[in-house]
Amino acid sequence: MVEPVLAIDGLRKQFGGLVVTDQVTLSVAPGELHAVIGPNGAGKTTLINQISGVLPSDSGTILFAGRDITRLAPHRRARLGLARTFQITSVLPAFSALENVALAVQARSGSSFRFFGDAAAEPALNRPAMAALDEVGLADRAAVPAGHLSHGEKRALELAMALVTEPKLLLLDEPMAGTGREETARLIAVLRRLKGRFAMMLVEHDMTAVFALADHISVLIYGRILLSGKPDEVREDPQVVAAYLGDEIEFE
Amino acid sequence: MTPAAAPADAVPVLTRPRRTVVLPALVFAALALVPAGAFALSAGYLLDLFTRVMIFAIAALSVDLLIGYAALVTFGQAAFVGIGAYAVGILASHGLTDVVVALPVALLASGLFALVTGFVCLRTKGVYFIMITLAFGQMAFFTASSLAPYGGDDGLTVQERNTVLGLPLFEQPLVFYYVVLVALLVVYLLFRALVASRFGRVLRGAKDNALRMTTLGFQVYRFQLAAYVIAGMAGGLAGFLLANATEFVSPAYMSWQRSGELIIMVLLGGLGTLHGAIVGAAAFLLLEEWLSALTEHWKMIFGPLLVLVVVFVRGGLIGIGAALARAAGRRGPRG
Ligand SMILES: Nc1ncnc2c1ncn2[C@@H]1O[C@H](COP(=O)(O)OP(=O)(O)OP(=O)(O)O)[C@@H](O)[C@H]1O
Ligand SMILES: [Mg+2]
Repeated sequence: MVEPVLAIDGLRKQFGGLVVTDQVTLSVAPGELHAVIGPNGAGKTTLINQISGVLPSDSGTILFAGRDITRLAPHRRARLGLARTFQITSVLPAFSALENVALAVQARSGSSFRFFGDAAAEPALNRPAMAALDEVGLADRAAVPAGHLSHGEKRALELAMALVTEPKLLLLDEPMAGTGREETARLIAVLRRLKGRFAMMLVEHDMTAVFALADHISVLIYGRILLSGKPDEVREDPQVVAAYLGDEIEFE
Repeated sequence: MTPAAAPADAVPVLTRPRRTVVLPALVFAALALVPAGAFALSAGYLLDLFTRVMIFAIAALSVDLLIGYAALVTFGQAAFVGIGAYAVGILASHGLTDVVVALPVALLASGLFALVTGFVCLRTKGVYFIMITLAFGQMAFFTASSLAPYGGDDGLTVQERNTVLGLPLFEQPLVFYYVVLVALLVVYLLFRALVASRFGRVLRGAKDNALRMTTLGFQVYRFQLAAYVIAGMAGGLAGFLLANATEFVSPAYMSWQRSGELIIMVLLGGLGTLHGAIVGAAAFLLLEEWLSALTEHWKMIFGPLLVLVVVFVRGGLIGIGAALARAAGRRGPRG
C-alpha cells in the first residue's frame, strides 16, 4: 500500500469544556480527494485549522508525507507542500488578482528577501501566476483588485493561489459556500480537472459537489468521525442519512 | 459586490502598484531650490529650517515604512533618532569627529537597538505593539537622561560638526544642506525600491492579511523584523544628521512626544505614499514655525488644525492634492 500523504491519529482539540475534535483518525492517499462532511459546528474548520497549523492540537499526531508535523509552525507546513483555502474568503483585497497569485508563486520560489527589483514586473512570478488564473477561468480578470471580484471569482482566485504552490495536499474549507449555482458548477469542473494532480481534503456542505468529486468520504459529527468510506457506502448508510443528509434537506 | 454584467472598464484595473513620479520629483526639485530662494530673499534662516525639515522627513519616512506599508504602528521611533544623535555626541566628546566613524556607529547602534527591541515588540500585535514600542522608546529616553558623563538631562553640546575624511565640509551650511538633501533622496529611493520589491510585497501582503501570508508559507515575523531594523537605521541616520545640524544632543530627541509628532507628520502628508511623509514633515515644521512667530498661543491653533486635517482629510495633504488634480482634470481639458 502506498504511504498516505496525510495520516492523522487520535487528534484532539478542546475549547474550554467543549471537545471540538475528538480522537479523529483518518488518512488521505496521494492523489485522492477525501471529502469531510458534517453538520454546522461539527468541527470541520477546526480540523482544517489543526492540520494547517493555525490552531495547535491538544493531543494526537499529524503525519504529512511521512513526517510528524503536529508541532510545526504553519508557514513551515505550507513550505512542505500543505496548502489551504479558507471558509471565509481570504485573499489580499488591495492586490490585483494576478498579484495575489504571483505572491503565492513567490512563496514557493525561494527567496523573498530581495530588496530591489520590481516584483510586479518579474516574468518568473507573473507567468506561472497567469497560467494558474487561466486554469481557474480568471485570466481576463488578472488586473482587477481582488477586493472587486465577485464572491465566486474570489473563491476561484483562492484556488489559483493554492495551485501555484504545487501542494502535495490541498485543504479546501467549503469552496462552494455562498456561490451561485453556475459558479458552483464551474468550481466543480475546475476541481475535477485538478483531481489526481495532488491530494485534496474537501470540506463541503454541497452534496452535489461532494458526490461528484469525492473518492472517499468521512462524516464528522460532534468532533468524531461517525463513518468513513466510499461515496456509495456513505450515501446508503442509515446513520448518515438520519444524522446528516436528512439534516441537509432541512437547510434547502 | 461587482455584478457579473458590469462593463469591464467600470472596475479599477491594477497592472502594477501605482507609482507616482511627478509629485515626488516636484518635492525634490523644490527642496533643491530652497538655498537659491533663501539667498534671493536673504533669509538665511530658511536654510536651517529646511535642513531640519529634511532631517525629520527622513525620520518620518521610516515611520511611513512601518505604519503605511506594514501596519506596524510604532510609537517609539524617536528613540532611534536619539540613538543616532547620541552616537555623534558621545563619539565627539571622545574626540572622534569624523563621519567615517560616526555614521557607521550611528547606523549600527540604531540598527542593533531595532533588532533587539523588534525581536520582542513584533511578538505582540495591535495596541500591545504600540504600547511596547512606546515603552522601549521611554526606556531609551530615561537611559539617555541618566547618562551623567554625557550631560544627563541637560544634554550634550557637540563641539564641532563631523568632518568628512578630515575636511570640515559640514561646517558650510550650504554644503550640509545638500548633504542632507542627498541623504533624504537616497532613503526615499531605497524605500521606494523596497516597497515594490519581493520583500516589500510580502510586507504589504502581511498588512492586508497576515494569516493568509502565513498559510502561503511566509514567516511574516522575519520580514517585519527586517523592516523594523531598516526603519530603525533610517531613524539613526536622521539622528546623525540632527546632531550635526543642531550641534547639540538631548534626551528630548527621544521623548514620546517626538515619536507622536513623527506619526502626525506621516498622517498629515498621507500615509503609505513615502513622498507624503516628506510633505507632512515640511507642513508640520513650517506650520509650527510660522504659527509660533504669529502668536504665542499658537499651540491652540496648531493642535486642532492637525486634528482636523488628519481626521477629515483621508490621504492627508497628498490626498487633497490628488483630489484637486482630479477635479481640475474632470472640468477642463487636460493641460
Ligand atoms: N476559537 C474557538 N473558541 C471556542 N469555540 C470555538 C472556536 N472555534 C470553533 N469553536 C466551536 O467549535 C465548534 C466547531 O466549530 P467549527 O468552526 O470547527 O465547525 P464547522 O464544522 O466548521 O462548522 P460550519 O459547517 O458551520 O463551518 C463550534 O461549536 C464552534 O462554536
Ligand atoms: Mg467551518
